Amino acid sequence: MITLTVNGQAHQVDVDPDTPLLYVLRNDLELNAAKFGCGLGQCGACTVLLDDKPVFSCLVPVAALGARKVRTLEGLPKTLPAAFEAEQAAQCGYCIAGMIVRAQALLERNPRPTEKEMRTHMAPNLCRCGTHMRILRAVRRAAEAMGGGVREEARIGAEEK
Amino acid sequence: MTRGGALAVGIVFVCAAGAVAAIAFAWHPAIDEITPPAPGSFDRYLVAEGEDLANLGNCAGCHTSEPSRPLAGGRALDTPFGKVFATNITPQADDGIGAWSSEAFGRAMRRGIARDGRQLYPAFPYDHFTHATDHQIAALYAWLMTRRPIAGRAPEPQLAGIFAFRPLVAAWNLLYLDEGPLPTDGSRPSQWNRGRVLAEGLGHCSGCHTPRDRFGAEDVARAYDGAWTEGWYAPPLNAHSPAVQPWTPEELQTYLHTGLAPHHAAAAGPMASVTRALAQVPEEDVRAIAVYISSLMADAPASKQDKPQPVDRLAVAQQQHPEAATLYAGACATCHDPGAPMMQQGRPVLSWATPLHEASPHDTVRVIMQGLTPPGGSSGPTMPAYADMLSDQQVQDLAAYLRTRFTDKPAWSDVPAAVAEARK
Amino acid sequence: MSTPRNALGRRAFLANALVVTFASSRHALAQDQDKKLPQSLARTPELDAWIRVGADGTITVFTGKAELGQGIRTALTQVAAHELAVSPGQIDLVTADTARTPDEGVTAGSHSMQDSGTAILNAAANVRALLAEAASWQFAIAPSRIEMRDGAAHAPDGRQIGYGDLAASLSLEVEVKLDMPRRHGGKPVIGQNLPRLDIPAKVSGGEAYVQDMRLPGMLHARVVRGPSDGTRVKAADIAAVGKMPGVVKIVRDGAFMAVVADQEWRAVKALNRVQAGGWERPSPPIPAADLRETIHRLPAQDVPIFDYPGPAPPADARSIRVRYSRPHLMHGSIGPSCAMALWENDGMTVWTHSQGVYPLRKALAELLKLDLEKVRCIHVEGSGCYGHNGADDVAADAALAARAVPGSPVRLQWMREQEHGWEPLGSAMVVEMAAELDGNKVASWRHDVWSNTHSTRPRTAGGLLAGGEVDPPFVPPRPGPIPMPEGGGGRNGNPIYALPNAHGVFHFVEQMPVRVSALRGLGAQMNVFAIESFMDELAFATDNDPVAFRLAWLKDERAREVVQRAADRFDWRRRGAGGGGSGTGFAFARYKNLASYCAVAMEVRVDGDSGEIHVPRVVAAVDSGEAVNPDGIRNQIEGGIVQSLSWTTREAVAFDKTHRTSFDWSGYPILRFPSVPGRIDVEVIDRPKQPFLGAGEAAQGPASAALANAVAHALGMRLRDMPLSPERVKAALRPAPVATKQAAG
Ligand code: FES
Ligand code: FES
Repeated sequence: MITLTVNGQAHQVDVDPDTPLLYVLRNDLELNAAKFGCGLGQCGACTVLLDDKPVFSCLVPVAALGARKVRTLEGLPKTLPAAFEAEQAAQCGYCIAGMIVRAQALLERNPRPTEKEMRTHMAPNLCRCGTHMRILRAVRRAAEAMGGGVREEARIGAEEK
Repeated sequence: MTRGGALAVGIVFVCAAGAVAAIAFAWHPAIDEITPPAPGSFDRYLVAEGEDLANLGNCAGCHTSEPSRPLAGGRALDTPFGKVFATNITPQADDGIGAWSSEAFGRAMRRGIARDGRQLYPAFPYDHFTHATDHQIAALYAWLMTRRPIAGRAPEPQLAGIFAFRPLVAAWNLLYLDEGPLPTDGSRPSQWNRGRVLAEGLGHCSGCHTPRDRFGAEDVARAYDGAWTEGWYAPPLNAHSPAVQPWTPEELQTYLHTGLAPHHAAAAGPMASVTRALAQVPEEDVRAIAVYISSLMADAPASKQDKPQPVDRLAVAQQQHPEAATLYAGACATCHDPGAPMMQQGRPVLSWATPLHEASPHDTVRVIMQGLTPPGGSSGPTMPAYADMLSDQQVQDLAAYLRTRFTDKPAWSDVPAAVAEARK
Repeated sequence: MSTPRNALGRRAFLANALVVTFASSRHALAQDQDKKLPQSLARTPELDAWIRVGADGTITVFTGKAELGQGIRTALTQVAAHELAVSPGQIDLVTADTARTPDEGVTAGSHSMQDSGTAILNAAANVRALLAEAASWQFAIAPSRIEMRDGAAHAPDGRQIGYGDLAASLSLEVEVKLDMPRRHGGKPVIGQNLPRLDIPAKVSGGEAYVQDMRLPGMLHARVVRGPSDGTRVKAADIAAVGKMPGVVKIVRDGAFMAVVADQEWRAVKALNRVQAGGWERPSPPIPAADLRETIHRLPAQDVPIFDYPGPAPPADARSIRVRYSRPHLMHGSIGPSCAMALWENDGMTVWTHSQGVYPLRKALAELLKLDLEKVRCIHVEGSGCYGHNGADDVAADAALAARAVPGSPVRLQWMREQEHGWEPLGSAMVVEMAAELDGNKVASWRHDVWSNTHSTRPRTAGGLLAGGEVDPPFVPPRPGPIPMPEGGGGRNGNPIYALPNAHGVFHFVEQMPVRVSALRGLGAQMNVFAIESFMDELAFATDNDPVAFRLAWLKDERAREVVQRAADRFDWRRRGAGGGGSGTGFAFARYKNLASYCAVAMEVRVDGDSGEIHVPRVVAAVDSGEAVNPDGIRNQIEGGIVQSLSWTTREAVAFDKTHRTSFDWSGYPILRFPSVPGRIDVEVIDRPKQPFLGAGEAAQGPASAALANAVAHALGMRLRDMPLSPERVKAALRPAPVATKQAAG
């Protein structure tokens, strides 16, 4: 039996200790948000917060968690999800839960990121549908709703010209 | 004598020598400013050649700190004497080298003297560039002068005490600068000689792979004996090479060109940026470098061994580090175990991975914590960074486990320090 | 219609009336080809196959199309709600399920709104008319005086009857009648930006995907294969794998193998253990690392795709001839393909994200040697597929695994590397364009396109990966060219421009060096890339503005408006001079020349040092006919543009002689946030009462070409081979090698 704390609640699970957290969240705790995308730390579909850092849950063995706290989309405040709904920021939506979790980590640490900081921060997460523009809009909207905001407009390739 | 004591004596010596040298050698005339030549005035083919050479020397590796400001300098280089900052080498007239004539540029490359006559610090490897041919320097000049001029000056160096006194470098030059082209070794094939000029000249491989003496100069007696660069260990490229499999010219060429060798490992740290630049260099140049450098390792243990068998002491490692064995199974095995798809692609097994065989755990720890990323949009070896996924203790355990399992070398002693340093 | 008041029962009357009207509509159909039933209705004309009204007023609408993340669930609900005059919340939409919904083939080709949207619109209009007629009996007033709204019929005097009550007196077991008048007046639902119905679950961790399904007693499986198509694993120590903790079964049938375990991670561990045995390639070696050259050379069957007449060009006409190409591309779903299967009572149920549940059922029945009725395929959403990816194959894998453990539902998901290695790729393509110019007029035009097939969608067991692995194996169907006007490799090869003396040929290459199938837009992306790049080259050669040049050859009024609107919104007239790394580009196409019109204007900045292309701004205009959900269309176009930028700037599947080497995202990088455009601005042009036109594949071709045109404008030279990668950009900026220089003197 392994004990872990997810969204403020302690759980006991009966799995092999090397089982990556992602499988425990999905199959044992029946939390759907974190998704299997690659299992290789390349796509971010499985992103959760470990203490305050966004991590790939597909690469964290459940036994490695110790007392550290896991937060998934299900346990986050509703500001970002509401902003994603307001911006209709999804096509297939498979990447979206990971996107929201990663954005949450950014806004908790830095409520007023620059456009460039936001884009760099979101870089580990892939979206194949091309929903990027809406995802960025949703993060901007949420930042404002939280009393912060994204500084300056996107100026792509405009530096030094 | 302690290290500190040696340093003190050294400083006194340097001061004395410096005083003399300052008078005798340190004065160089300024070379007149020119109006930046029009980019169109350079031969396009010479410019293209210059681009290859710039990649070969990885100029951008030091002189670019912001991708959007290529070659505009600003990047800090830590030396034992303090910080120096790579300068702006765009053709901007005030802050860059736009006002430098080809003569001024050649003098800087060959002798480490700026256009205005000031000594440059040898963090700029003119002790290597001095071996470049006239044509190479002309090509490099043509390339640099046709880049986009960018304003902005690098900060002044922040050096401790006496080292801030630039004329002192003249004494250094007197001791260490061996000007001019390298002699051809007639007993070696021309490809080897060519590789030597490229590697010892613009390529300045030994700049990272040779340990430095107390004056910051490469210790020629220990050429290619391995050294520290930006917190990474550049392994020996001589008979002390820790590689398990021999570095054949083919294998080394693949590595230099792609950042990944089938029987070694992926390039990491500063070497990753070198291989990225070399990826754009004509294949025959990289081949020549590979021929030359691999010849230096002819006496390394791996080269003598016939067919090394991969070490995999699973049971021992499991017994000594049971918790790390679980970490490995959950976090590493999906990529690194024999049945993993990455291994189906012919990636090297961890038993071959050079960092695990190095005397220090620093490179292993850094790769675990910081991962590997190819530049945006390019394909290449990728490894996620585990710094936020694992605790310091877990990284330490994992490093120890990997060392035990995949090598038959003694356990590392200073892993916690390496983890603490990588965490910084 | 007057209100009959005779002694006949209402039902009898209605039935008679319907028979009569139906008969007359059949008659009309025979006379007037334009009025024939839309495809989906022709196949399933029964009204109650599309819409059912419960006694409690609940309305269930059935569609054979599937939600793929394109928002079809929402759009179809809107269509039904609008025509039925109810709020969308009252509608329960059932999507593709072989036991419940009409057979509408595959959800592909931007057909869903055209096919299912039109079918449901018609069916809903029929139902509303029938309900109104029923109400007219009850109110004893003419149907024209009855207002249908909010799920009830309202009489002018305030009386109302709910749809549920009306339906109780009505049978919908009748055939759909064409030409029912559309609802007019009242609160519109069509044309509104109804928030997508599937999004709330997707942003909150709801059960949204087949990957999220959990059934009681479920087992987890993984299929065992070599690294990519054409390879297979070598025999491993299967007995040892069978003894691993949690391994329930190792399923083998010929070369097919799957491991079934009690926990998912244990199945993964067992899979890796089997794979440790290594792999081999029994198939012939892959001929080259860059297969487009191979495909250009292989024997081909020549299929004419268009012939526009015109006078022969004058003898002194200037001729221009160029070649464009694209490499193999991956669908690259973010979620690897997944299916759930249950073998029970001699029947197989499969929950799948296949784009075609009916064709899949047929293929599975053949594979499992079952009667068609014994197989049920239920669509459940998956990750976006963008065409024929691993969805069908994984359904077969799951079914074979489930058959080995009767009564236990089996969830089988592919690993990332399996998706990358085995999904059928979008075919590499080569296009040669040639034109002759008489002064600054185009006097002839020639389009030659080479590619493999663009569909190997399974319709038989041989079309499934597992079908080729079981013993005895099923033979894969022989691919053939898809006829125009839809076309496969020839899709969109016919220019929309009114060009004289224009001819096109699709050189269909049957032999497939690697596995390929339908990728979003099929040949359209490449053909539009070529045509729209070539239009720019001709505009340049004749010293014309690219937009003005297009308009000069464009006769279709809607097309002209789309072009004009995009250009105006972009402020094309005031665009910069280009050069120095900055440029603007424009491109336009009507998808298949049958579906949505889309024009894209783009601004780029090319970094000469890194070779990277930055896209500060994109403007698009789109006409999809009557816009059911304008924001949904905008979402599709934005997504199409971003995906196309990824294809065009960096994607190419890599091979060596033995296998695909693009085995994960490190070997097949796609666009990430730091490289997406600064802004994308999409204008949706609504065309009320015009037929719905699909928009899902409208933007890719124009976006690719606009990028290439902008890069040409920025660099003063043209890149004709995709991807326009940093390496290619840098190579293009370099002068030719010294040898050429000397030759050039
Ligand atoms: S599933 Fe974890 S990063 Fe892709
Ligand atoms: S919305 Fe489909 S992958 Fe992002």
